[in-house]
Amino acid sequence: MHLTVSKLGVARGGVRLLEGLSFDVPAGTALILRGPNGSGKTTLLRTLAGLQPPVGGQIAPGPDHMAYSAHADAIKAALTVSENLAFWARVFGTSDFEPAITAFRLGALLDRPAGELSSGQKRRLGLARLMLTGRPIWCLDEPTVSLDAEAVAWFGDVVRGHLQTGGSAVIATHIDLRLAAPELDLAAFKARVPLIDQAF
Amino acid sequence: MLALFIRDIRLAMRAGGGFGLALAFFLILVTLVPFGVGTDVAVLSKIAPGILWVGALLSSLLSLDRIFALDREDGTLDVLATAPIPLEGVVIAKAAAHWVTTGLPLAFAAPALGVLLHLPAPGHLWLLITLAIGTPALSMIGAFGAALTVGLKRGGLLLSLLVLPLYVPTLIFGAETAARAIAGQAATTPLLLLAGITLGSVALLPFASAAVLRVNLR
Amino acid sequence: MKFWEFANPRVFMGWTDKVLPWAFALAGAALATGLIWGFFFTPDDFRQGSTVKIIYLHVPSAFMAINAWIMMLVASLIWLIRRHHVSALAAKAAAPVGITFTLIALFTGAVWGQPMWGTWWAWDPRLTSFLILFLFYLGYVALWAAIEDPDTAADLTSILCIVGSVFALLSRYAVLFWNQGLHQGASLSLDKEVYIADVFWLPLVVSIGGFLLLFVALVLLRTRTEIRARRLFALRLRERMA
Repeated sequence: MHLTVSKLGVARGGVRLLEGLSFDVPAGTALILRGPNGSGKTTLLRTLAGLQPPVGGQIAPGPDHMAYSAHADAIKAALTVSENLAFWARVFGTSDFEPAITAFRLGALLDRPAGELSSGQKRRLGLARLMLTGRPIWCLDEPTVSLDAEAVAWFGDVVRGHLQTGGSAVIATHIDLRLAAPELDLAAFKARVPLIDQAF
Repeated sequence: MLALFIRDIRLAMRAGGGFGLALAFFLILVTLVPFGVGTDVAVLSKIAPGILWVGALLSSLLSLDRIFALDREDGTLDVLATAPIPLEGVVIAKAAAHWVTTGLPLAFAAPALGVLLHLPAPGHLWLLITLAIGTPALSMIGAFGAALTVGLKRGGLLLSLLVLPLYVPTLIFGAETAARAIAGQAATTPLLLLAGITLGSVALLPFASAAVLRVNLR
Repeated sequence: MKFWEFANPRVFMGWTDKVLPWAFALAGAALATGLIWGFFFTPDDFRQGSTVKIIYLHVPSAFMAINAWIMMLVASLIWLIRRHHVSALAAKAAAPVGITFTLIALFTGAVWGQPMWGTWWAWDPRLTSFLILFLFYLGYVALWAAIEDPDTAADLTSILCIVGSVFALLSRYAVLFWNQGLHQGASLSLDKEVYIADVFWLPLVVSIGGFLLLFVALVLLRTRTEIRARRLFALRLRERMA
């Protein structure tokens, strides 16, 4: 799905981080976000996902088409891996989570309580959720944290697979996922007037 | 929504004994009362309905601050906010799960604990009925309070301060219904008002709570 | 000048600079007139003796305790709908004033009741309702204090104020239902049922006016302080960004 962002302003906690942001992510492609810490990558991804209200500008399509993944894994330690997956599948209305299990090699871990997994395994479980959302645009914030090289390769395969089906992705990452994707440096869009409320 | 409801109940059962904690607290509270007011049967049986209601109310508070806070910490709340379920539905599902694992068991425990306080005979049934009708309101109002304090580290005490005054109407009508029924008087009016508050809370508070959650997730 | 111009903090500060001394002067005059007239120049009640004079403190403060909350409710709605910071800060500023009025109402209510009832406290509907209102105020102020980000705090406390108002009304009726009460009926009513004779009524109205003016003056003053505090917060934020 084609993602179009025009003249978007992004803010958090009353502080404007980015402004005048415009970019296009055609279907089947990805966009890598670059910028130093605090430059607004996380806030931009949250704004795309609908968690943060934008400050002017437009995002098309709306948050209903976005799948969001951030630093936290969104898994429950007391539930098993398959229970976690089944839950998200039901929430997002997907019936088949076999592909997700295969793609992230979770088959051997299905009956293990998620709390007993290593951090890399937890991350794989968290990322597997993306395949269950059935949503075309993936907004990913540092997805490869805690993943070893092998798992990073699996994840790269998953993203490539998603792009091949016509999906798109916006990814904030330092890792080369071998996606041949263009990069966007957010430093160019740093807001000049940082505070939203000039009245004071 | 149903999936979230079931998940929350499952989590409550597995982590930390589920409804055991609230029931234990209820028992301890009721046990403390005679130590404080003496064992005069007439006194105890007079205050029994009210004590049981207050006890159920306080026990219900215990697990409230975890309704949203746990999900916020592990990122689940963020994903739920982007999911197809409306945030209002998330609030209802979680409040319902809280009720099933806390309020409802308390309602069933109350008649048994009433024995300790010499609760008069008709009281057993009426305490069960009033608590069963009133505790959903407690869970829903509690969910609203939990949404307000979800971002705070030591939110528990503030949660109690915010929620307990909101509990007053439910407490008044619930205890009044039980007391009147025990005294053999007509209890329809307070019972209907109790049910009305529960229905109103369940219908309207999800919207307020969802708005609050959206603000806190920003 | 259109009313909404005051939503601009600078316009608000400029205007209150000029108006505030007059507000306090008027409030002082009305209060002094009402209270002195009421306490010293009205006859004693044939039943209650001179303790009835405390209504010149009790009724106005009770009246303002409720009105302060209503003002907070309106200000909260304005914040949620139009996002005017001055409105949110005015609500924040009004709360402690409302708390104080509530406490005065409770205290004077108890003092008034003691000779009649023989106890320092009675759970009659009116006093009980004010006690519950006091708790609502406490929760509101506590929530403001607990949240760091001012805009988030404004949003959350506004929603709490709205929900609290509904429950405060519910509680009022629940408390009426719950207890017949020792309180005498409404001493000031809008219909012709004059419970308190005219000779008491006029100074009472002046006192109420004085309390109202005092409320306005105090809230304007405290809102100015809140605006300055908010300004400080914005300046610190700007410093951190640079």
